[in-house]
Amino acid sequence: MSRTTTLSAALLVYRRDLLLAQRHWGQVAQPLVFFVMVATLFPLALSPELSELRRIASGVLWVAALLASLLGLELLFRSDHADGTLEQMLLSGQPLSVLALAKGFAHWTACGLPLVLFSPFVAGAIGVPLDSLGTVMVSLALGTGILSAIGAIGSALTLGLRRGSLLLGLLVLPLAMPALIFGARAIDLSIQGDSARGPLLLLAAMLVLAVTLAPPAIAAALRISAE
Amino acid sequence: MLGPNGSGKTTLLRVIAGLLLPEAGQVACNGRDTRADRDAWSAAFSYLAHSDGLKPELTAGENLAFEVGLRRRVSQAEVDGALGDLGIAHARNQLVATLSAGQCRRVAFARIMLSGAPLWILDEPYTNLDRDGSVFASAIIGRHLDAGGTALIAAHQPPAIPGHRPRNLELAA
Repeated sequence: MSRTTTLSAALLVYRRDLLLAQRHWGQVAQPLVFFVMVATLFPLALSPELSELRRIASGVLWVAALLASLLGLELLFRSDHADGTLEQMLLSGQPLSVLALAKGFAHWTACGLPLVLFSPFVAGAIGVPLDSLGTVMVSLALGTGILSAIGAIGSALTLGLRRGSLLLGLLVLPLAMPALIFGARAIDLSIQGDSARGPLLLLAAMLVLAVTLAPPAIAAALRISAE
Repeated sequence: MLGPNGSGKTTLLRVIAGLLLPEAGQVACNGRDTRADRDAWSAAFSYLAHSDGLKPELTAGENLAFEVGLRRRVSQAEVDGALGDLGIAHARNQLVATLSAGQCRRVAFARIMLSGAPLWILDEPYTNLDRDGSVFASAIIGRHLDAGGTALIAAHQPPAIPGHRPRNLELAA
């Protein structure tokens, strides 16, 4: 009888969570629908003038993405906690931080990645020029990754609470502000025709930092929530 | 481990499993504090809690392949065999959401059985099981003991494991 290696345990978690996402895709699609809806509300409320929308497009995209990913975080650990499978993962003898990383990555694949893939259409609709769509995607890809990592900590911490959603927002949003600032700035620079390299590299650095530091924090938070 | 409701059976089991911190003292195995290497301690036992720990959106087979798979390599044939031992071979491709509470308990039992852990920590293992289910469960616990394993069971009445006499720990309310 051979022990499962840590890597294959992480793969098992990743595949299981994607399978679960596929089985209730309606819930998983909510953040994406929210993102598209919020971003398309602005032309209706402000003005359909593309030149005017273009000035606020970066902010609209990022705030919509931020709030959308907050919406998806609720799903991350809550159902596993409720049906006791989280407890079994805690006791599987595998390093919990690695399992948490796999869960976070699966969550990003199901909630963050569709948003990134859809963003060029939404961005185009609110006046972002064709040349900048690449920057929009890169900035949101890095950004949603950061948000998933930070959000997973908040989600794990608020797990034991009955009404954790508000607290989750209060915990996560302040930590997400630096990413919001640089992410929106990158899109802005690109729309103005400047190089967005600087803020994008800073975003990438933040992602590396978040993905490195979040797993142990998530694991510690999950252990506290299990008590 | 025997005792009336509220006497702390579940709490003690959760402390032993490392899910709860003891207010005083420590849990030691072979003289070593189990908190020193938590993952190694977790790998040594398999825990059946009050909740079955199964995902309703996955089939019984998928649940077992995942939860046992986290601990050790498990083949589809082993999963089928365990479900057969518990009399629910037909449930393999059924979503757990569609199974009855008793069937879920049997699937959870199959997980314990497949875990390969030397120590089984079972919190009221007979909950929701019918007479056949209890007989299956007792037989499986008996086989585990025959093979040199240990089982720590919380229950209201001393479980009848064929060929074995349990040592009872009575908890006062």
